[in-house]
Amino acid sequence: MTSANPSLGPLRGVSEGPSAFAEIRQETLALTRRLFVQLARRPSTLVAGVLQPLIWLVLFGALFAKAPEGLLPGGGSYGRFLGAGVIVFTAFSAALNAGLPLMFDREFGFLNRLLVAPLRSRSSIVLASVLYITSLSLVQSLAIMVTAALLGYGWPGAAGLLVVLVTLLLLVFAVTALSLGLAFALPGHIELIAVIFVANLPLLFASTALAPISFMPTWLGWLAALNPLTFAIEPIRAAYGGPFHLSTVVLNAPYGDLTAATCLGILAALAVGLFLAIRPLLDRKLT
Amino acid sequence: MIELQHLSKRYGVGSKLAPVQALDDLCLSVPEGSLYGLLGPNGAGKTTALRILCTLLTPDAGSVTVAGVNGLTEPRAVRRLIGYVAQEVAIDKILSGRELLELQADLYHLAAADRNRRIVEMIELLGMEEWIDRRCGTYSGGMRRRLDLAAGLLHRPRLLVLDEPTVGLDIESRAAIWKVLQQLRDQGTTVLLSSHYLEEVDALADRLAIIEAGRVIAEGTPEALKDALGGDRVTLRVREFSDAAEAALVQALLQDCPGVRQVVVNRSQGYSLNLVVQDGGVIERLRQQLAAAELSVFALAQSRPSLDDVYLQATGRTLMDAELSVAGLRDPKVERKQSMR
Repeated sequence: MTSANPSLGPLRGVSEGPSAFAEIRQETLALTRRLFVQLARRPSTLVAGVLQPLIWLVLFGALFAKAPEGLLPGGGSYGRFLGAGVIVFTAFSAALNAGLPLMFDREFGFLNRLLVAPLRSRSSIVLASVLYITSLSLVQSLAIMVTAALLGYGWPGAAGLLVVLVTLLLLVFAVTALSLGLAFALPGHIELIAVIFVANLPLLFASTALAPISFMPTWLGWLAALNPLTFAIEPIRAAYGGPFHLSTVVLNAPYGDLTAATCLGILAALAVGLFLAIRPLLDRKLT
Repeated sequence: MIELQHLSKRYGVGSKLAPVQALDDLCLSVPEGSLYGLLGPNGAGKTTALRILCTLLTPDAGSVTVAGVNGLTEPRAVRRLIGYVAQEVAIDKILSGRELLELQADLYHLAAADRNRRIVEMIELLGMEEWIDRRCGTYSGGMRRRLDLAAGLLHRPRLLVLDEPTVGLDIESRAAIWKVLQQLRDQGTTVLLSSHYLEEVDALADRLAIIEAGRVIAEGTPEALKDALGGDRVTLRVREFSDAAEAALVQALLQDCPGVRQVVVNRSQGYSLNLVVQDGGVIERLRQQLAAAELSVFALAQSRPSLDDVYLQATGRTLMDAELSVAGLRDPKVERKQSMR
């Protein structure tokens, strides 16, 4: 340490920095990079996020490999049927965890470090979480898709792949919004983990991931036909099934038939609706 | 540089617990280029005042102005002016110190070249070369505090705000931080720090405000505050461990001695006597009085008034007693929840 250090002088005069867009990009990228560095040094969430659906795929696929003929509409193999469900479940579980890093930042005071900084927009904090969790869940889903293909459960064509991608994105956005909202609404990470834990499996079972609606008791069929996971699973399942049209009916719900376009529309509305719903909460917590 | 006017803040309004009046019409004015100390016991409202200044909290009433900018209506402009070093250092354990500084630089929108140069400067300034690339989780308290100070200085703020910067630090880290703060002040940065260490504020601050129960009860330079009290302090013991009766006897004997303004029995210090005397010349008269009464002198110490005496005069109790009285009353868990977003 020297006694006269020019680096210690304060910066005088307000230099209006780069454009708003450049500043938002700089702060968002920095925050996203932090999340990825955390992931790279603690890859257990990534590993678990791939391993869990993988176990579902292998074990459930094996369990029902000798399922009686006629269980499934269309009469394909159970593994092929299950694939779409597990892909959606993977993306869903990953997105459900979106709020956890934010919750820890709230609890450990790191969020305050972000809030005393002159962020151009505090949406950068939310945006970074969305970017991170979207890429993470897509990577995990892709890993599951490749595994399913290797197991002989099929691979969608180019158009089908696009449908899979769009469907997963819509679902991930909706669930991420929900999780980020919970991360600010709940008092601590214990509560958040409890909600994630409780929400996870029932939503899986009360969807068409493991069995078709025709196989379910009426009440469960109704639940499954209202479950957002179902609206994601069915278009993907159709995309795996062969040539694909958005106007194809993909779900025979108790209340009527739904086309792929309707399913995607519902997911999009859900995503937009949830982000609008949590906005007042985020505004309040971040200003 | 800083004008805080009539700040009030209550916590826990509408909750099950009794609300706490953290700030009660607090007014504070910090001149540009000064090293300013906020002195007060834990729970006096220092942290709340600093959090409001740094735009983390909104006051229930009052105004905040930093370098002419209204902190309540233009928080972003104020954030650019301030470097804030919080009391509980929040660092990301998984990142290395350098990565944390890089993140911090991006949050303050430093240009890439500027960013790397500033980080190198800070590493040098605070002696962090050896461990800056290790993960923050492995750092000692002193390392964390230095890193946090570096993070606060990265964007060359005009005002550096530190909340209890040296609590729990080893002497070496403390000295290093003190030195940097003094250098900063010398180079034109305004520094505002809170502390409940008397000697820290006395040694560092150009001016200080004593805060008690959410308001400023004394303000000025350390010298002016001490001089305003006047007189010298004398601590007297006739035996190493005296008793109440003997102390009362000596008190009665010395009370009317010319030049003695006040005699207080200090029970917690083995019934020693604390005297306020006009000047050093009184000491000889005290000795004569005691000798005449056939009392010996075990210890007799004379000193100029300290900041603790200033505090005592203003509040009627010592800073230590104030600390002890609130020690059991605060619940860190509740306060943590209150400070959570």
